[in-house]
Amino acid sequence: MESYRLTIHELARRLARRELSAVEATQAVLARIESIGAGINAYITVDAEGALAAAAAADQRLAAGGAPPLCGVPIAVKDLLCTKGLRTTCGSRILENFVPPYDATVVEKLRAAGAVIVGKSTMDEFAMGSANENCPLAVPRNPWNRDYICGGSSGGSAAAVAADLCAASLGTDTGGSIRQPASHCGVVGVKPTYGRISRYGLLAFASSLDQVGPLTKDVRDAALLLNVLSGHDRRDSTSVDQPVPDFTATLDHGVRGLKVGLPREYFGFGLDPEVKAAVDNAVRLLTGAGAEVREISLPHTEYGVAAYYLIAPAEASSNLARYDGVRFGHRDPAARELGEMYCRSRSQGFGPEVKRRIIIGTYALSSGYYEAYYRKASQVRALIIEDYRRAFAQCDLIVSPVTPTPAWPLGAKSDDPLSMYLSDILTIPTNLAGLPGISLPCGFSGRGLPIGLQLQAGHFQEELLLRAAAQLESELALSERRPPLA
Amino acid sequence: MRISEEQVMQVARLARLELAADEVGPLTGQLDEILRYVDKLNELDTTDVAPVTHALSVVNAFREDEVTPSLPRAEALANAPLATEAAFVVPKVI
Repeated sequence: MESYRLTIHELARRLARRELSAVEATQAVLARIESIGAGINAYITVDAEGALAAAAAADQRLAAGGAPPLCGVPIAVKDLLCTKGLRTTCGSRILENFVPPYDATVVEKLRAAGAVIVGKSTMDEFAMGSANENCPLAVPRNPWNRDYICGGSSGGSAAAVAADLCAASLGTDTGGSIRQPASHCGVVGVKPTYGRISRYGLLAFASSLDQVGPLTKDVRDAALLLNVLSGHDRRDSTSVDQPVPDFTATLDHGVRGLKVGLPREYFGFGLDPEVKAAVDNAVRLLTGAGAEVREISLPHTEYGVAAYYLIAPAEASSNLARYDGVRFGHRDPAARELGEMYCRSRSQGFGPEVKRRIIIGTYALSSGYYEAYYRKASQVRALIIEDYRRAFAQCDLIVSPVTPTPAWPLGAKSDDPLSMYLSDILTIPTNLAGLPGISLPCGFSGRGLPIGLQLQAGHFQEELLLRAAAQLESELALSERRPPLA
Repeated sequence: MRISEEQVMQVARLARLELAADEVGPLTGQLDEILRYVDKLNELDTTDVAPVTHALSVVNAFREDEVTPSLPRAEALANAPLATEAAFVVPKVI
């Protein structure tokens, strides 16, 4: 098998046995990007030179023995995580030439674990989007059918993994931005508990919701990456000082005796019959493997999108105030006065969806509207958290679809922001409550597009998610089906 | 209408955004539709519900106030559209 197809754990084994060098593995991925990459557009920036230098260093560590867990593994990083000396655009014209002077903590951790950073993956501008069409720099395509969206906002990260343009990638998830593209591209995506992984060096969108996580070819790889990425960071005061288990240690513990909740509200919202059938099948497999499945209720689910589209834009309007053309990013050189410079630089640099959200957020926080919008949304957030508290008194895991439908054709929703927002209805509540969630492939539509299954668990219960996902993955045995690429 | 074109332009000004004349109309329509949708929240009585701004109950995160190396000035200035050796340069303020 070509080395670019290997999972992290398969590749690491071959690298450790010196059946393959890290330079060869990196060259194979770079050659694949060269040959089919342009048709997928998964990368904004490919760093061939940096990757080959890191691979050569990895080969030295491998030769010396006792190499770290990701030594020589080619990984893509979403283009909103700072990489020292490597352009980081956040998918926006306003940061088109931004070269960070430091690494995000997660990037530091990847490098320390020996990973080879191949490049920066395509994303919706400022991570705002569900289709990866809010992309002034590059619109990625779904590897399973290039006329379809790959999902967003970590669409390039998902497409790169699905198309074997890296072994695994990092994404971020504010309202579903890891799980939804993972679902549409047929890969595994984990949104960890809020605070599990440092956000230092992540270009902020909505700080109370943003979380970094892995997108991988299988569940074991997700566990391996979580082992490397998790942990408290003194540079991120919202990261939580919780013990980090070895997430691979419990992967084969099965689901016998686990209580699995099926939230009845998640099976409305125009759920596509093919998605429902694939999820029902996965639920049957869980039951067959000894899990106890019961119906539960998360009564405020339908209010999640409304609360989210006030809270996230409100936070974004504040976070994005820093893009003023002074310290970094685009500046209108013709502006002669300071206020004019702020205004013109921002207006030229931000795309339409970013402007839309800044305006909604500014409105929701403005005097006279704050109580009716931002405060109300924050109260509904409390109700959604309470729903989960009650649910987790009755079950260990919540199982559901990731999205109500498979991927849709490119352009189908681009002129209708609200219908785009509503496609995130099943992933947004997880973020509002700060919970961990996983998306794993559970079937295909008649058109051959992947369908994902979502599992959610209580705070810091990623082990449970991964255990159940590993059980399902082995029973579903979907990994032989590949995207129709050369 | 939940929001008028004048309000949209006023909020854009507060957010230091400039909208082209042909952007205001369509944007107002989209914002109006979104605000109508979020009105859904008013179906819920939240009189006694304390708002949540952070999903985990994290208390103050204190650390020792230790001096650690800062970003060298040249690196901090390297991404500026316009800078001298010592400072960011902006258009005249007053």
